[in-house]
Amino acid sequence: MSKSSLKQTLKDLETKKISIRELNQDYLKRIKEKDNLNVFIHFNEDNVLKQIDNLEKDNSVKKLKGIPIAIKDLFCTKSMPTTAASKILENFNPTYESFVTQKLLDEGSIFVGKTNLDEFAMGSATNTSFFGNTINPLSKENEPLAPGGSSGGSAAAVAADLCLGATGTDTGGSIRQPASFCGVVGIKPTYGLCSRWGIAAFASSLDQAGIFSHNVEDASILLQSIAGFDQRDSTSAKVNIPNYFENLDDDLNGKTVGIPKEYSIDGTPMEISQIWEDAIKVLEKKGVKIKNISLPHTKYALPTYYIIAPAEASSNLARYDGVKYGFRSDEIDSLDEMYENTRAQGFGREVKRRILIGTYVLSAGYYDAYYLKAQKVRKLIADDFNKAFKECDFIVTPTAPSAAFPLNEKQNDPIKMYLNDVFTVPASLAGLPGISIPFGKDKNNLPLGIQILGKHFDEQQVFNAAVSLERSYE
Amino acid sequence: MNNLIKGEKYDWEIVIGLEIHAQVKSNSKLFSSSSTKFGSSPNSQVSLVDAAMPGMLPVINKYCVEQAVKTGIGLNAKINNYSVFDRKNYFYADLPQGYQISQYKYPIVGEGKVTIDFKDGTSKDIRIVRLHLEQDAGKSLHDQNPSKTYVDLNRSGVALMEIVSEPDIRTPDEAGMYISKIRSILMYLDTCDGNMQEGSLRADVNISVRKPGDEYGTRCEIKNLNSIKFIKQAINYEAKRQIEILESGGSIEQNTMLFNTSTGKTRPMRNKEEAHDYRYFPDPDLLPLEISKEEIGKIKSSIPELPDELKNKFIETYKLSNYDASVLTAEKQTSDYFNETINSDSELKNHAKIVVNWITSELFSLLNKNNQDLNNSPVSPENLGQLVKLISTNEISGKIAKDVLEDMFSSGKTARQIVDEKGLQQVTDQGEIAKVIDEVIAENPKMVEQYLAGKDKLLGFFVGQAMKLTKGKANPKMLNDILKQKLNKKN
Repeated sequence: MSKSSLKQTLKDLETKKISIRELNQDYLKRIKEKDNLNVFIHFNEDNVLKQIDNLEKDNSVKKLKGIPIAIKDLFCTKSMPTTAASKILENFNPTYESFVTQKLLDEGSIFVGKTNLDEFAMGSATNTSFFGNTINPLSKENEPLAPGGSSGGSAAAVAADLCLGATGTDTGGSIRQPASFCGVVGIKPTYGLCSRWGIAAFASSLDQAGIFSHNVEDASILLQSIAGFDQRDSTSAKVNIPNYFENLDDDLNGKTVGIPKEYSIDGTPMEISQIWEDAIKVLEKKGVKIKNISLPHTKYALPTYYIIAPAEASSNLARYDGVKYGFRSDEIDSLDEMYENTRAQGFGREVKRRILIGTYVLSAGYYDAYYLKAQKVRKLIADDFNKAFKECDFIVTPTAPSAAFPLNEKQNDPIKMYLNDVFTVPASLAGLPGISIPFGKDKNNLPLGIQILGKHFDEQQVFNAAVSLERSYE
Repeated sequence: MNNLIKGEKYDWEIVIGLEIHAQVKSNSKLFSSSSTKFGSSPNSQVSLVDAAMPGMLPVINKYCVEQAVKTGIGLNAKINNYSVFDRKNYFYADLPQGYQISQYKYPIVGEGKVTIDFKDGTSKDIRIVRLHLEQDAGKSLHDQNPSKTYVDLNRSGVALMEIVSEPDIRTPDEAGMYISKIRSILMYLDTCDGNMQEGSLRADVNISVRKPGDEYGTRCEIKNLNSIKFIKQAINYEAKRQIEILESGGSIEQNTMLFNTSTGKTRPMRNKEEAHDYRYFPDPDLLPLEISKEEIGKIKSSIPELPDELKNKFIETYKLSNYDASVLTAEKQTSDYFNETINSDSELKNHAKIVVNWITSELFSLLNKNNQDLNNSPVSPENLGQLVKLISTNEISGKIAKDVLEDMFSSGKTARQIVDEKGLQQVTDQGEIAKVIDEVIAENPKMVEQYLAGKDKLLGFFVGQAMKLTKGKANPKMLNDILKQKLNKKN
């Protein structure tokens, strides 16, 4: 399967080697062929054709004109329904366009569809969706694999070449882990780089939009397009967005990479440790100084995350009450019953589990012991990184503790499922940018991922290290 | 001062604390740009944020923050440079987010105080615990349909200031005076329109009773009272209820109560066990609110004269009593009216007390009778000033002035016009008055005899007769003096 890159396609469109219509017809054909993967919650060919028509009439120059992009179904879109993969938002049609998707539309991109995800982005396998599992395109016949999650639909869409890029959101690893599982590039930028306006919230202090793509160059182009300050999001950052693509520089000579010892966890498969070592060796050869660093509070990151994220979620999801929009149960004899039945029937198991956890940790008598303590630990974790970044320019770790696992493997063991986030959660808590790039394979020839973390708003360094590793691997 | 109330067995002291909810005067809501206009058609002022659509985020309205700071300064309170918005989580149909954005641990305004003034000239400080900003909820309409409840979100997200007092209040009257004073300060500052009928200002009242010197008793909270009358009624009823329970050997349950305005009674809404666990936590959609000293200073410099400052100024400049000055400054429109009146003629400064009386008793009673407000008084401050000047220069008597004011009120004419047209000038010509008195004495020889025999009271009769003949225009003092003189000569 030879996949055309975004960079190459833009050139081909410019030189008229291919038309916007031809390009998208090609992707539409593949989307229909790969229907069995259940990548999309919403796909409407007529809608795509209409977008092509409109672009053909449009003479202005646009950066991503005609580029097929898939949108995680957590971003509110005017032209397509938005469900967050939940029954409670079945048939919800926003009257507004999220900041990120509006930017992509302004650049002239074509939305091929809304991709599947774990319900309200809560999960690591895209198996909590009301609309069914997404299947990892790398699965062998009769051995369906999970694409990771929560942005599994978007990762799979890129891996199956159903688009040239996709949006995702990452709260604790929801872009990086599925990117690793599907063998594509996934970047979660610094918290605040992309506005959260119009993204159905999971955990507001952690949610961050990002990009899936075939390669690092493409990711640098797409991230540039969705980043930027938005006054409608109070946590959006007023920073200059460099031209990541123009500034890409794979010469890392003289840079220092931090290798955190706490990321060597007992029970990590040999293959994972191996690719990590390989990556370090490659960097060393490129003249990068290797610095062993310590992030002492790493082991508390997962429990901290699984207090803070559910706490915020329990409150963020209170608005889905059957009063104003979305699903409302038929069995209602009182206001309380309307809430109970609507939410009992409208939310799936994992979402309900997290609402319960979140409600518990915020309750009177438990708040100090859980939520408040978790906030303090979060600060310590962020401080660990701040200290470490005084001694290094970027940090390299594995992305996930395993390759893609069989579809239903961890379905009934939430703790095991939560462990998937062990390498990605600390950077989320600290609000740092992180990218996952394919790097090596396991014994079943499934891709593995390397994660590169950078300083706040130093996405350029993250891209530079990633492109350097990527080029040496190719 | 004895503030105790009598039970069957003991004397009791009421302990009262108020939480006042004041709607911030602002064109747009606390976290969205929707209009706050009162009385618009249902759900016509609802943004995506107010309706809590997925992915919508609150953005703080800086003007509302300034209004809160301004109010804090007006309450002599500490302004906190750092404050935090928290989420107060509970489900209700008219609360679209499923939480109210409020301030819990770190309010924008800390401790302050306001002073209330009593008729006897004394005053008392009521301490303020805090003021914080929060969102109002929408409105559930239960009376539109027999089987359905409708929700109007126009009010959803409107900014409120919650002003919490210490339990320093001891009587229903003090509670009334306290809320009046807060209302007055807010209206001077222009941070709240003070309209209690429209719900712009309402209060939750915490009440407990104790024997003097005892620890505080268990309190009950009466929710959402929107008039001073109801506040007083509710306190009276609730205090008696608690005293009856305690005197019959029972104990008070810490309840949240509702007040029924038609029966004048309170009834429990929920008890302590049923109380919500609001699961407060900092709103992750909003950054902590930081206000610099410079910003506070800037706001401070924009603050107009407040009732207490103005009161002291009036006392000093015009030698008014504490009570007169506090009545005058209780409402901005009153003090504005007074200022304009007294500045309309330089002479009036020496007759400030007369000006006060004519505003707060005569003009107010006319306005009341006609259901009108000082803001649209048919008698302008200049015209009232002219009237007072006619009185103070003895051109007309006080009695005639009352008729003149009534005439001014209905016809809109000036005092001077009326006095000239009707020839109401006082007669101050000694000869003219003496002539009239001579007439009266001549016509009532018997009365004169009785008077001279010691029936002093009859003096009033002669005055009345003489006034009648002068159509009330004789200068009363001169009339009296000359009358006495002439009668005594007969002796």
